[in-house]
Amino acid sequence: MNKIKLIISREYITRVKKKSFIVMTILGPILFAAMMIVPAWLASMKDTDVKNIAVIDSSGIFINKIADTDYIKFEYLKNKKLEELRANFSELDYYAVLQILPNITYEPSAVHLYSKKQPSFSVKSHIANAMEKELQNKKLRSHGIDEEVLKSIKSDVSIRTIQWTDDGEEKESSTEIAMVVGYASGFLIYFFIFLFGAQVMRGVIEEKTSRIVEIIISSARPFQLMMGKIVGIALVGLTQFLLWILLTFIIITGVKTVFFPELGTKNTQEIVVQDLLEQQNIPQVETIDPQNMDKFTSILNSAKSIDFGLIFGSFIFFFLGGYLLYGSLFAAIGSAVDNETDTQQFMLPITIPLILGIFVMMNVVQNPESSVAFWFSIIPFTSPIVMMVRIPFGVPYWEVALSMGLLVLTFIGSTWFAGKIYRTGILMYGKKVNYKELWKWLRYKS
Amino acid sequence: MELLKAQNIEKKFVNHLALDNVNISIPENSIYGLLGPNGAGKTTLIRIINRITAPDKGEILLKGRPLQPEDVNIIGYLPEERGLYKKMKVGEQALYLARLKGLSKRDALKRLKYWFEKFEMQAWWNKKVEELSKGMAQKVQFVTTILHEPELLIFDEPFSGFDPINANMLKQEIIELKKKGATIIFSTHNMASVEELCDHITLINQSRNILEGHIDDIRKKYKSNIYEISFNGEIEKLEKSLNKYYEIIDKTKVNGHNAVRVKLLHQTNDNELLSLIIPSVEIISFNEVIPSMNDIFIKVVNEYKN
Repeated sequence: MNKIKLIISREYITRVKKKSFIVMTILGPILFAAMMIVPAWLASMKDTDVKNIAVIDSSGIFINKIADTDYIKFEYLKNKKLEELRANFSELDYYAVLQILPNITYEPSAVHLYSKKQPSFSVKSHIANAMEKELQNKKLRSHGIDEEVLKSIKSDVSIRTIQWTDDGEEKESSTEIAMVVGYASGFLIYFFIFLFGAQVMRGVIEEKTSRIVEIIISSARPFQLMMGKIVGIALVGLTQFLLWILLTFIIITGVKTVFFPELGTKNTQEIVVQDLLEQQNIPQVETIDPQNMDKFTSILNSAKSIDFGLIFGSFIFFFLGGYLLYGSLFAAIGSAVDNETDTQQFMLPITIPLILGIFVMMNVVQNPESSVAFWFSIIPFTSPIVMMVRIPFGVPYWEVALSMGLLVLTFIGSTWFAGKIYRTGILMYGKKVNYKELWKWLRYKS
Repeated sequence: MELLKAQNIEKKFVNHLALDNVNISIPENSIYGLLGPNGAGKTTLIRIINRITAPDKGEILLKGRPLQPEDVNIIGYLPEERGLYKKMKVGEQALYLARLKGLSKRDALKRLKYWFEKFEMQAWWNKKVEELSKGMAQKVQFVTTILHEPELLIFDEPFSGFDPINANMLKQEIIELKKKGATIIFSTHNMASVEELCDHITLINQSRNILEGHIDDIRKKYKSNIYEISFNGEIEKLEKSLNKYYEIIDKTKVNGHNAVRVKLLHQTNDNELLSLIIPSVEIISFNEVIPSMNDIFIKVVNEYKN
C-alpha cells in the first residue's frame, strides 16, 4: 500500500511541476475568462459615437416617428434636396441621409439610406423596425382600429419553463442554460479523458522505452505501478480542473469589479449564469440592458434551479469513472507497444466510442429524453459524456444510479483486463504485437 | 546453508520452454555465477527470483521458506538493460527508488549522501538523468541497487558500459559487499570476471542447468591432467627421460625459458613425472594446467549440443 502511495505521489509531483502543466493551468483560465469577458466587453463597447441621421421624408408619414436612441439621432429636414446634402455631405455632420419616397405605403422598398461608409447593422435594423411598425400601425388604423387597441395588441411572449419535481415542488428551469451546461460538461469530459488518458499511455511507453520498468517492478507489483500511474494522473487532472475553475472565477470577478463595477455585487453563482448567457451572445446584450432586467432575473431564477452542486458532483464522478475506464485501456496500449507510432492500431477501438459519445451529445442536447439519449447514457463507454449532457435537464435518479453503477463495474473490469495485458506487455520488446498476441497475454498465469 | 534455493522451476512461454526443471541452490554469503549462452533462460530465472514473473511449476525458497512478496525489499536487482527516468533529477530519482524498496526518507537520504560522496557524484544530485553520460547513469543505478543493503544482490552484466577504472571500482565494491555479508548472484558472459569473483556457478543451457557447483570443484573436474613445466636445458633431454605414460602435447616458451605441456596418461601422478624429469633438466616452474572457465563453458555447451 505504501508503495502505491509512493508511485502515485511521484506521478503527481513530477507532472504538476512540469512547465507544460503550469502553463496550461494559467493559460486555460485566461482563455476561458477571455471567452466570457470579451463578448461582454465588445457589447459594452457599443458605438458611443452619436450618429446624426438626416431624414428627407417626402411621404410625410414618418416625421418624428422614428425614435431616437442614445446614440442614433434623427433630424427631419424639410425642403432640402438630396443633391444639396450630397454636395455638402463632408461639411455637414451627418452619419447618413435617409430618403423616404412618397410611394412608401405601397412600395416598401422606397427607402434609401445614403452614407459615405457602410452603415452599421444596428442603425439599419433600428430604422427598418421603426418604419415597419409605423407602417403597420398606419394600415391598421386605416382599417379602423384605434390607438388603444394598437397599444394593447403589442405582446412580447417569453416562455418560462417550470419543472415539477418529484417532491411536488415547482422549479423554474431554463432549457438554454441546461443546454449550455450540458454541452460544456460533456465536452470537457471528452477532452479530459483524451488528454489525461493519453498521458497515461505516454507515461507507460516512457517507462518501457527507458527500461526503468524492470527496476520498478522488481520493487513493486506491475499492477501497483499501473494503478499508481492512473491514479496519480487522475489527481493531476482534478487539480488542473479545480485550479481552472478557481482561477477563472478569480479572473472574471477581478475583471468585473474593475471594469464593470455595476455587476460587481453579484455573487459567484450569478456570475456563472451571466457568463453562460454571455456565451450565447444574443441575450447577453439584453441582460445588461436595464429595461430587460425582468427577463434577466427570470433567467437568473431558472439558473438557480440548476443544481450546480449536483452537476459539479456528477461531473467529478463521471470524469473519474470515464477516465479510469479509458485510462486503464490507454495503459494497456502503452504497455503493448515500443513507441508511440505503434499505438495507432489499438487506439481505434478506444477512440470510436468516445467520438460516438460526442456525436450523440449533439443529438441529446436537442432531445435529452430520447431513447438514443437513454441508452447511450447507460452504456458505460459513452455514459460519462452523454449522461453529463443529460443531467442539467434533469434525469430520474434510478437512471443516474444505473449508469454510475455500470460505469464502476466496467472500469473495475477494464482495469483487471488492462492489468493482465500490462504486466506481460511491459517486459516485451521488439515484438510487433497484434490482437491475437494480446489475447494470449490475457490467458497467461500471473 | 543456502540463502536461496530454486526447486524444479519450470516456465513456459507461448512458443518455447524458457526454464525446464531448473534447480539451483545459492549458499549464503557467496558470489554465485549464473552462466549460459544467450537465450538460455538466465534472465527468466532472475525475473522469477525477483518476483517479476511467476514460475509455472516449482518454487523459490528463501532461507528455507517460500519467497514472499515483501522479500523484494531484501533483494537488489541491477538488470542488464538499465534505465532511469530521463527527465527526473538524479537525487529525486535515487530517493524514489530507495523508498520503493522500503527505506524511510531519512535513512535513504543519509545513505545516499554517503554513497554519493564515496563515488564523487554529489554534483549530479540536481541534474536530470538525460544530462548524464551513460557511465555516470550506470553509477547512479549501481548506487540505487545496493542502497537498501539487500541480503541478496542480483547483478546482470554489471560491468558492461563501464570503463576499466570504474569497472575495477565496481569489482572492489562487489567484493566489499560480500565481505559485509551479502549474497550475490552474478550473471555474465565475461568468464575472466567469473574466475575472479565467483565462488559457485551454475551453467544454464537450453532452459536447463547442466552444471552446478563450487568453481574450484568444477575446474578440478574438468582438468585434463596436463602439467606445464618450464625449465633450463634441452627439450630433447627431457623428452628422452619420459616413458610411454606421458605425452608432450605442446612445446612453448615461458618468459624466455623452454616449456612443455605434458599430459599424464593412465594412473600416473605428478610426483612420478617430477622424479623422472628432475635428473634431465633444471626445473623453473611446474604447474598443473587448470582449464579456464572459458574453456569449460565452451566444452560443456558443445558437448551438450551433441
